[in-house]
Amino acid sequence: MRQVNNVAAFQSWQDELMKSRNPNARIIIISSGTCGIANGSKFIIEALTEQIRKHNLDSQVSLRVTGCLSFCQIEPLIEIQPESILYTGVKPEDVPEIMEQTIKNKKIIERLLYIDPVTGKKVTYADEIPFYNKQSRIISGDNLKIDPTKIEDYISIGGYSALAKALSTMKPEAIIDMIKKSGLRGRGGGGFPAGVKWESCHKAHGDLKYVICNADEGDPGAYANRGLLEGNPHSVLEGMIIGAYAIGSNIGYIYIRDEYPLAVELFENAIKQAEECGLLGRNILGSGFNFVMNINRGGGAFVCGESSALMASLEGKIGEPRAKYIHMVERGLYDRPSCLNNVETWANIPLILNKDVDWFTKIGTGDVTNNPWGGSKGTKIFSLVGKVNNTGLVEVPMGITLREIVYGIGGGIRGNKRFKAVQTGGPSGGCIPDKLLDLQVDYDRLTEAGSMMGSGGMIVMDEYGCMVDVACYFLNFLREESCGKCVPCREGIERMWEILNDICEGRGQKGNIELLMELSEMVKDSALCQLGATAPNPVLTTLKYFYDEYEAHIKEEKCPAGVCKALIHYTIDEVSCKGCGACVKSCPGEAISGEKKKPHKIDQERCIKCGVCIDTCKFESVKIIPGRHPSVKKELVNV
Amino acid sequence: MPITTMPTGLTELEKVDEIIESHYWEESALIGILQDVQREFNYLPRPLLKHIAQRLDIPLNRIYSVATFYRAFTLKPRGKYTISACLGTACHVRGGKRVVEELERRLGIKAPDTTNDLKYSLQAVNCLGACALGPVVVVNGEYHAQITPKKVSGILKQYQ
Repeated sequence: MRQVNNVAAFQSWQDELMKSRNPNARIIIISSGTCGIANGSKFIIEALTEQIRKHNLDSQVSLRVTGCLSFCQIEPLIEIQPESILYTGVKPEDVPEIMEQTIKNKKIIERLLYIDPVTGKKVTYADEIPFYNKQSRIISGDNLKIDPTKIEDYISIGGYSALAKALSTMKPEAIIDMIKKSGLRGRGGGGFPAGVKWESCHKAHGDLKYVICNADEGDPGAYANRGLLEGNPHSVLEGMIIGAYAIGSNIGYIYIRDEYPLAVELFENAIKQAEECGLLGRNILGSGFNFVMNINRGGGAFVCGESSALMASLEGKIGEPRAKYIHMVERGLYDRPSCLNNVETWANIPLILNKDVDWFTKIGTGDVTNNPWGGSKGTKIFSLVGKVNNTGLVEVPMGITLREIVYGIGGGIRGNKRFKAVQTGGPSGGCIPDKLLDLQVDYDRLTEAGSMMGSGGMIVMDEYGCMVDVACYFLNFLREESCGKCVPCREGIERMWEILNDICEGRGQKGNIELLMELSEMVKDSALCQLGATAPNPVLTTLKYFYDEYEAHIKEEKCPAGVCKALIHYTIDEVSCKGCGACVKSCPGEAISGEKKKPHKIDQERCIKCGVCIDTCKFESVKIIPGRHPSVKKELVNV
Repeated sequence: MPITTMPTGLTELEKVDEIIESHYWEESALIGILQDVQREFNYLPRPLLKHIAQRLDIPLNRIYSVATFYRAFTLKPRGKYTISACLGTACHVRGGKRVVEELERRLGIKAPDTTNDLKYSLQAVNCLGACALGPVVVVNGEYHAQITPKKVSGILKQYQ
């Protein structure tokens, strides 16, 4: 690693590194983020290294271990360049064949190719897969090009040139102006214009200011920040150094969830390398600007994603939010001006500086020329998960429709089921129904629909998803995660959850819905922080779009989707049951009986509705029927 | 808990001092110190918390408030294997709850708890960020993807 003390030295180093990149080189890329490792990527790396040595191919083939390549479901995946051949679900046993066939003889191995769930056809090259080619991967696309443990890789694709440009040719005010004009809004979900925040923090009085990166991605169902931190930690770091220079800060913090050990490790490594190169620390690139970075690991409290709670946690205190009569940009961490942005917001900064404002504002919706609130610009990374065919991280331009995301990129619903809703924005968001599938995804449209952008979770639900259960799930989550400081959130959410839980467990009563509405309004208006104030969103949106389901639970005592245990029962279809006895053996409650080769029966009083029989039955004979079994009394239902 | 010498030759209190030292005796690093202590000892033993309070010169109740506020900390000894079953939204809609129930049934405990033989600790966690692989179960850092109630016994067999 080289040490560079001035911009010229950096640029000549960068030129060297850029030239050393050969676009026609034979490179085997293996995705090894958390999802990759979970699916055994480490063993494949071992096998590949061994095979390359065995075949004496060291000089012709190189191996690149990257972070998350976004298509987590088909991991472990291998991409072979320069052709971009994509192999999915690779096992260590496949490696010798890949070497022999593809690397040596340039033949494609058919069985490892990706099968498009829509057309059923095999696809050879990565850029032919709709999941990839329908995205705009301006930020996450770089993950493919670099090994996140090597700063040289990042520099060789143009990394840190935005920093060099900022330090050598731009005044802090000019950078702030640029970010303001770009219309970049906070990617953590609130959507506050980053430039405006920076300007306030820049202008705030104080000898010491802080920049902070919020990597406490607590929304369940969202992992876009993890993907970025594991795939390209330097882009986030570069954004933060530029931001610090613009604001006039010399100390930065990143608050990373403890649940992301790999991200912590890679970011620590990134900081160390940047310090060694002279891109972080004292007198960065000879500009006289000093900046140090610290890592703090979160303690697993959802509320710490809220800015004032996060700062309290950084100070070693319990993560309770405070009222924001005085903004954090004026009095934040240790009562000093603090600028907090999300991982993805920081990662956008180098891009805007490198590519310019006009390029950035062409992507997205609205007009931000005179008003940073006037639209949503750039891209957003969503974690598209749930009952959709292609799950993974998707980066899309603002303004794309939900339909394009779910059906175009996501390949539609699994098992040809019917789309029911998509949940965005985590516990602060809401469920958007099928009639709004053509909704444009940006900050303002999602808010109008009663949901929000949030940190980018997009959970797709099919007809077997119960909306009352989902609302109950989120309220349960929020009730557990409420810090307890203010009464509306601590008590209000608890009461709302009790009502929802009663409905799900078959004790719903007339008047419940009205009471839920009333409580929702109260919590919304009076909670101290945004986490509390947005907590009723899952309830309000499901009530707005799926009122029938609540009614079915309360009046008809049925869970139409077949989820809420108290309001369903299991039966075995007499026609298709072959009497194989598999379910009898697997049933933990010994509730199934029947003679061999004759249709089996379920003893309704013993059935605990665990679902093991459904997983076991090869003939799909076990069915879930909405409503209690007529033979079972209400009080005796197993929940 | 008696104060004993660890395999490294340090006493437990010396090990804690070493951890505090690595955080520069900063009161603001309390969360980090507790995380490292828990990583070393598997939980937060009371005598060690008292020791930290003395060393950092802060009241024990402040340490207690932090240790009980954050989900990551536990004041009870944990089992040899910590099983984290994910109940994030993506895992929930794919049947994560049924997986947790099956784990609870097989282990004979309710999450979060530890079996009497200190072998397994079960916790239901909110999101492990591996949403595309859901439902996910993580045992001592090893991920198991797309778990169904039927696969639960197979996983438990791997950790005996």
